[in-house]
Amino acid sequence: MTHVVLRGLIATVVATLSFAMNATAAGKGPEKEQLKLGFIKLTDMAPLAIAYEKGFFEDEGLYVTLEPQANWKVILDRVITGELDGAHMLAGQPLGAAVGIGTKADVVTGFSMDLNGNAITVSNEVWELMKGSLATNEKGLPKHPISAEALKPALEKFKASGKSFKMAMVFPVSTHNYELRYWLAAAGISPGFYSPSDVTGQTRADILISVTPPPQMPATLEAGTINGYSVGEPWNQQAIFKGVGVPVITDYEIWKNNPEKVFGVTKAFADKNPRTHIALVKALTRAAIWLDDKNGANRKEAAQILSRPEYVGADYRVIANSMTGSFEYGRGDKRALPDFNVFFKYHANYPFYSDAIWYLTQMRRWGQIAETKPDAWYLETAKKVYRPDVFIEAAKELIAEKKANPADFDFASDGFRAPTKEFIDGVEYDGRKPNAYIEKLTLGLKGQQKIEGGNVVGK
Amino acid sequence: MSSASSVKVAGAPAVAAAPQPPPAKPTSAPASKARFPRVNAAIDTAIRVLSLIGLGFLKPVVAICRGEDPRAHMRQLWLDLGAPIVSIAAFLLVWSQVSQGIQTSLGTIPGPVAVWEQTKALWADHLAQREKAVEFYERQEKRNAEKLAEDPSADMTVRKYTGKPTYIDQIFTSLKTVFAGFLLATLLAVPIGILCGASKTFNAMFNPLIQLFKPVSPLAWLPIVTMIVSAVYVTADPMFDKSFINSAVTVTLCSLWPTVINTAVGVASIDRDLLNVARVLRLSKTTQLTKLVLPSALPYIFTGMRLSLGVGWMVLIAAEMLAQNPGLGKFVWDEFQNGSSESLSRIMVAVFTIGIIGFLLDRVMLALQSSFTYGPTR
Repeated sequence: MTHVVLRGLIATVVATLSFAMNATAAGKGPEKEQLKLGFIKLTDMAPLAIAYEKGFFEDEGLYVTLEPQANWKVILDRVITGELDGAHMLAGQPLGAAVGIGTKADVVTGFSMDLNGNAITVSNEVWELMKGSLATNEKGLPKHPISAEALKPALEKFKASGKSFKMAMVFPVSTHNYELRYWLAAAGISPGFYSPSDVTGQTRADILISVTPPPQMPATLEAGTINGYSVGEPWNQQAIFKGVGVPVITDYEIWKNNPEKVFGVTKAFADKNPRTHIALVKALTRAAIWLDDKNGANRKEAAQILSRPEYVGADYRVIANSMTGSFEYGRGDKRALPDFNVFFKYHANYPFYSDAIWYLTQMRRWGQIAETKPDAWYLETAKKVYRPDVFIEAAKELIAEKKANPADFDFASDGFRAPTKEFIDGVEYDGRKPNAYIEKLTLGLKGQQKIEGGNVVGK
Repeated sequence: MSSASSVKVAGAPAVAAAPQPPPAKPTSAPASKARFPRVNAAIDTAIRVLSLIGLGFLKPVVAICRGEDPRAHMRQLWLDLGAPIVSIAAFLLVWSQVSQGIQTSLGTIPGPVAVWEQTKALWADHLAQREKAVEFYERQEKRNAEKLAEDPSADMTVRKYTGKPTYIDQIFTSLKTVFAGFLLATLLAVPIGILCGASKTFNAMFNPLIQLFKPVSPLAWLPIVTMIVSAVYVTADPMFDKSFINSAVTVTLCSLWPTVINTAVGVASIDRDLLNVARVLRLSKTTQLTKLVLPSALPYIFTGMRLSLGVGWMVLIAAEMLAQNPGLGKFVWDEFQNGSSESLSRIMVAVFTIGIIGFLLDRVMLALQSSFTYGPTR
């Protein structure tokens, strides 16, 4: 009697198990439903907050907890150790991890979170020194974009008084670092080189650049530890509200529509949970669509959500300042900048190989990649990290579910954006020819050059 | 100071539970003592309990109610109750005045009113989150029902609410973490302390290590702990979060030492006569340990544990900030990062919460200590 019952029970269990396995294999629901995702308190984490608040994660059968993290290093480490299933990351982080700058790890991304969204702010003291040399418009306000040339009087004054000029960015492989360096180098100011023996990147520098976590930027500037910084929003607008500094240029003016954050997961996670990865990208894409929908009509609500303490937590008016289509350059100097934050337009979410390669060229330019690499290496590295296949699959599913419009996606793309000259110095970038691009840039390592004993050697 | 007052208010109902003297007996004290020996014994116990849990200021009140000479007790009442109230009032006044004068980049320093507003806001937020959680489970139930209809064998695990932890949740996370760390510290420290106290050799061996590690700050331990935990604690489905383990272990490492040292002193200072008697009676080592050494060292051990818990609580906040364990430390850190106009008031709320809880923990340990101690009266 008992045997029969037992046998029946075992049969049922086996049947259920095999059925459950088949279900997963058939790719119905996500493999892992309960997820913890990390973010840094910046407005460009918006797709995560919106996907949560609007129930897009739940629609995909995902139970996601969002957790703010202390800094970018912590976020990368916790994704690698598996404490976080995925996170809001700097585009340079997965690439840096692939190359082995800092921690070496396999992190991939199937979703670019946004375009633009950063700016460079200087302290009031530096701004006073810069103001004199600036051209003004008919209203008597400074003309934008402001070239880093304007920094030179301040640099000379600092040099004469024996002080070093210090600026901060958020992470060695961050967009902010490369943008700040690009802006300075375009005016012939050396931001300094990295080398295997100098990981601070201050070899032969006119301006000493170091790392400060984004939310601490205004306080550090106020304390006088740094004279300026390059960071994402709301920390530039915060400087105006606190009266501690003045934003001089946005990254939109340094490189129009530059790729910014990505959503990163480990390669192991992506391989083990392909359905979950696609589901996450689907939810995030819907959030991105919502954020740019109706010409930004939803932005006010988004700013409201982001101002809650569990997300960005800064005051609503600070967040709304840059998220609702304008940017305040000085106190009261508010100008229209509709594309300061782009979450979906211009194929913002497509993980283009050419975007990845641009970051790699900058890593090479400033010595984080110490040796010269062939063009093929750049593409190979980009392909290891950027996964347009995941994004395309997610987009196709969204279109099939009538949650997205097919016209918004570029299914024919080979992973390269068209060559562009929309940089502050007008140098053309073509992702297919990274080495030729590096040759054209002012300053920076080219060809076989290396840093040895604090000097640039080779050619 | 302010923390003490709030605790007293919070603990006030305990008075009602304590046996009160019959109010209709306005006789003199000695006479009443003679007449109601059991009631009086109960009152004495009540007084002991009161002073133990930080309500010592009620002692004179009880005594006056019992009919003892009020004049003698009025002064005590002033010292125990009046003086603290005056100082707290003065503190609040100075705070509210000074705070308005300091302009930070986040506005003025919050005064008592702003802090009280945020306390209420945090509570309201807690209730709102709980409502959201209910909605979350309703949605999940519906979704699961649909899933079940589609596929009868689908995985029906109920997922926990995914919203942010509220302030109340964070307090409990912190308490859980500190107790985990403290428990581990005690389990390590007491045996080490007994060894050190019982054997001069052991003491000589351990002493340099204790002296070396005792002054190390949690901030120094944490990176090492983090690295070791992520290397050693690798499971597919972890029971505890790594951040929890990191914080708890850091608490352990920092709060270990007072218990070790006190236990060692307690064991070493056992009455020689007792040991001699034990030798004469030929008691086994185990019996000596359980019947002589431990009981006589117990007051020292508890003093050590009390100090340890205090250190642990203090260290925990720093550890949580760095390890990102979702407790009070992370709350303070996140608010600091937020930099909104309410952040400073919220951090102040956390400061008071930390103070009050620290005080309560100390009281709990004191109560444990005196209930386990073999005093001369027992």
